[in-house]
Amino acid sequence: MPGLEDLYREIILDHYRNPRNRGELATPPAHRAEGFNPLCGDEIVLYVEVDDGGVIRDLKVGGQGCSISQSSASMMSAAVKGKSVDDARALTRAFKALMSIHESRLDGEGDGSGTDTPVPDPEVQLGDLEALQGVVKFPVRIKCATLSWNTLTQALDEVAAAS
Amino acid sequence: MSALDTAAVRKDFPIFEHHATQGKPLVYLDSAASSQKPRAVIDAMTDYYETTHANVHRGVYAIAQEADARYEHARRRIAQFINAPSEHEVLFSKNVTESINLIAGSWGRANLRAGDAIVLSEMEHHSNIVPWQILQAELGFDIRWLRVTPDHVLDLSNLDEVLDGAKLVSITGMSNVMGTMPPLRHLADAAHAAGALIAVDAAQYVPHLATDVQALDVDLFAFTGHKMLGPTGIGVLWGRESILDAMPPFLGGGGMIREVRLEGFTAEALPHKFEAGTPPIAEAIGLGVACDELDRYGMDAVWAHEQALTRYAMETLADRFGDDVVVHGPRTMDARGGVLSLGFKDLHPHDITQVLDQSGVCVRAGHHCAKPLMRCLGVGAVVRASFYVYNDTDDVDALADALQACSDFFGL
Repeated sequence: MPGLEDLYREIILDHYRNPRNRGELATPPAHRAEGFNPLCGDEIVLYVEVDDGGVIRDLKVGGQGCSISQSSASMMSAAVKGKSVDDARALTRAFKALMSIHESRLDGEGDGSGTDTPVPDPEVQLGDLEALQGVVKFPVRIKCATLSWNTLTQALDEVAAAS
Repeated sequence: MSALDTAAVRKDFPIFEHHATQGKPLVYLDSAASSQKPRAVIDAMTDYYETTHANVHRGVYAIAQEADARYEHARRRIAQFINAPSEHEVLFSKNVTESINLIAGSWGRANLRAGDAIVLSEMEHHSNIVPWQILQAELGFDIRWLRVTPDHVLDLSNLDEVLDGAKLVSITGMSNVMGTMPPLRHLADAAHAAGALIAVDAAQYVPHLATDVQALDVDLFAFTGHKMLGPTGIGVLWGRESILDAMPPFLGGGGMIREVRLEGFTAEALPHKFEAGTPPIAEAIGLGVACDELDRYGMDAVWAHEQALTRYAMETLADRFGDDVVVHGPRTMDARGGVLSLGFKDLHPHDITQVLDQSGVCVRAGHHCAKPLMRCLGVGAVVRASFYVYNDTDDVDALADALQACSDFFGL
């Protein structure tokens, strides 16, 4: 059995105890999106402000959930804030590829996002996010880790559709 | 302390020996989700498959008759277990969810119209909410709600008002989250006085105490096999014969008809009218044997054992953790069962159960299919420990030790 240290790496616990970019933004100009994990009741509320140049100017995270969903949301917010929407999407693909190593084995069950199996861009650097790789050894927790990323994708899609 | 010899009981369940020999004893505190299975149940199902499997209600050959006999024996056994007046009133279903969908889809569709009202409670499992909401969207009746008090019991202060003009009360026999047991007989009397029927989601009730549907004076009563030592895939709906007779069929197909012509069909008599298609035969047989096992332990002893263990758990957790443990449910043993939902420090239930799993302690985290109740409790999720015949104080101590380990791990 994989150990707890595989799952709860120190950097994850740090983001859980001290979540980054916690809060709300005025809508508009920000866009609000909600994500739910019906399995455990976790919820993420994202506020994403994308400027005319396609850059994520600001981003805030609300909601409640377990250490994995909350730390993943915190790390995601830190990683994509100030990045272009294209770069954020590339990072999302890379992160989900990291997570879907195992998802692809779950009888073809995806992560609920309805997207194709993401192809990672070798140029994308995950950095601290790689600490979440241990989640893959705990299959029921993968959805916790991907919740905020799926919500980000949803928010960016809705922003794109509205503009 | 115990009304049951748990060391002997545990020997009846192969899963405990299996994990003990693997060097990691199983601390199973999730019987409210599904109980473990005794050897007698597993053997009865295996024996059926190995010696007498044939479809029921079709064959004249010997093993088909034997399959029939075992299947119908199980029905009689279950009728006896809940003191039903007639075995014809015992309908096999897949689980409580299907039983309640049957009530909604058959009785509800035939009897409810726009302007009518039914009564549910805030502490219901989704299986006693969503089937009614699906039907409500179609028919447009009202759903009234009995609320939960701050003491985690049902608020009956406005019962007469809520029942006025209602056609049905559908209520849990025991909350799967809080362990709260609504006063069923009182509710049945009040419902009948108001001219309403009463249906009970007894998923968490029948496994734990002697059940007498006649003494409870209820009208429809749903429970499931896998929470009472039986297999998955077999549930029961008991109902008064006069009510079931008047209800139209729910699922159509083979086995539930007396005659079929191009112009239409006539339905079989009870119970077959509600058992379309090949039923879960081995599962029904297994459930009958589960009733034998529970009666061998004695349902009064099962109840006394769980009461004592739940009291011990509440005392132990309070002694060791004080206010760091929050019990989401009644703090006293008055009208509550062996389900203990907890909050612990600021830790999320999923993180707690993950750490507990490392100690071999199986508890459940989440909303427990009771999201309206979670909102009422003001939490997103809880950790739930639940007790059954094979649990003892060592299991409670292991839970407490694992919670301490959890606290240590997260540095709280």
